[in-house]
Amino acid sequence: MINPAVFTTTFLAAAVEIIEMVIIVVGVGAIRGWRSTLLGTGAGLVVVAALILALGMALTRAPIDGLRLVAGSLLFVFGLQWFRKGIRRVAANGLRGMGARNARDDDIPAHGVDWIAFLLAFRGVVLEGLEVAIIVATFGAAARAFSSAALAAAAALVIIGGAGALARRLVERIPRSALQLLVGILLSAFGSFWAVEGLGIAWPGADLFVIVLAAWYVLAAAWYIRRRRQTRHASQLAPQHAR
Amino acid sequence: MIVSWLNRAGTVTLRGLVAFGKFWYGFVIGDDWTVAAAVAAALAVTWLLHTAGVAAWWLPPLVAVAATGASLRRIKR
Repeated sequence: MINPAVFTTTFLAAAVEIIEMVIIVVGVGAIRGWRSTLLGTGAGLVVVAALILALGMALTRAPIDGLRLVAGSLLFVFGLQWFRKGIRRVAANGLRGMGARNARDDDIPAHGVDWIAFLLAFRGVVLEGLEVAIIVATFGAAARAFSSAALAAAAALVIIGGAGALARRLVERIPRSALQLLVGILLSAFGSFWAVEGLGIAWPGADLFVIVLAAWYVLAAAWYIRRRRQTRHASQLAPQHAR
Repeated sequence: MIVSWLNRAGTVTLRGLVAFGKFWYGFVIGDDWTVAAAVAAALAVTWLLHTAGVAAWWLPPLVAVAATGASLRRIKR
C-alpha cells in the first residue's frame, strides 16, 4: 500500500537531487563524449547501490558534509577551469562554436577511458545518489513507509533520467564554445554550493540558491566576455589610428 | 635477472605515479594555479568566519569570479 504523502514528499525531494545529477551527466557527456561519462555514471550507481545494501538505515549517519566538501571543492575548481576557457572561446568566436569535436584541443583521449569525464560523472552520481538514499531512509523511517519512499525515488530517477536522455540531442546542438561555458557555469554553481554546504553553512533559500549562483556566474561571464571583446576591438583599431 | 626485473617494475611504477600525479594536477589546478589557490583560501576563510559567527556564504562565489577575472587579464588571447 502506497502512502501518498510520503510518496509525493520523497518524489519532490529526490527530484531536486536527481535533476542536479542529470544536469552534470548530460553536460559532461555533451562536452567530453558519452562513453566514459556513462561508464562513470554506471560505476557511481553501482557504488551507491552497494552502499545502500551494505549500510541500509545506517546511511542516515554517513558523513555527507565531508563528502560534499571534498566533491564540491573539486567540482568547483574544475568548473572554474571550463568557466574560464568558455569565456575566452565565446569572446573570441562568439556563439558560432568551434565546429566538430577537436580531441587534441580538449585533451580528450581518442582511445581508452577519459578519466576526467568518468570522475566528473562518478562524483556527481555518488554524491547526489547518496543524498537521494538518505532522503529515502529518512522519510521512509519517519513515516514507517519505506517502500513508498523507495518507489518515489525510483520513479523520480526514471522520469528525470529519461528527460535527460531525451535532452541529450538538444544539448549537443548547442555550439561547443557556448556549451563549455554553460557547463562550466553549472559545475561552478553546484561546486560552490556543495563546498560551502560541506563546511556546515546553510545557503539562504536552501537548494534554490543554486539558481542564484548560476545567475551570478552567467552575469560574470557576460561581463568578462564584453570586456575582452572591447579590449580586442580597441587593439584592432589602434594600429589604424596610428597610420 | 631479478635486479633487471625489479628495475623495470620500479620504472613502470614510477611512470604510473607520475601520470597519476599529472592527471590530478591537471584536474584540480589546470593551467592557472592561482584560481585553485584562491578558491582554497576563500573556503578556509569562509569556515573561519563561520566559526566566528559571521555569515560568509557569499565569499567563495565572489572570490571565484574575481580570481577568474585576474586569470583572464593575465591571458592575452
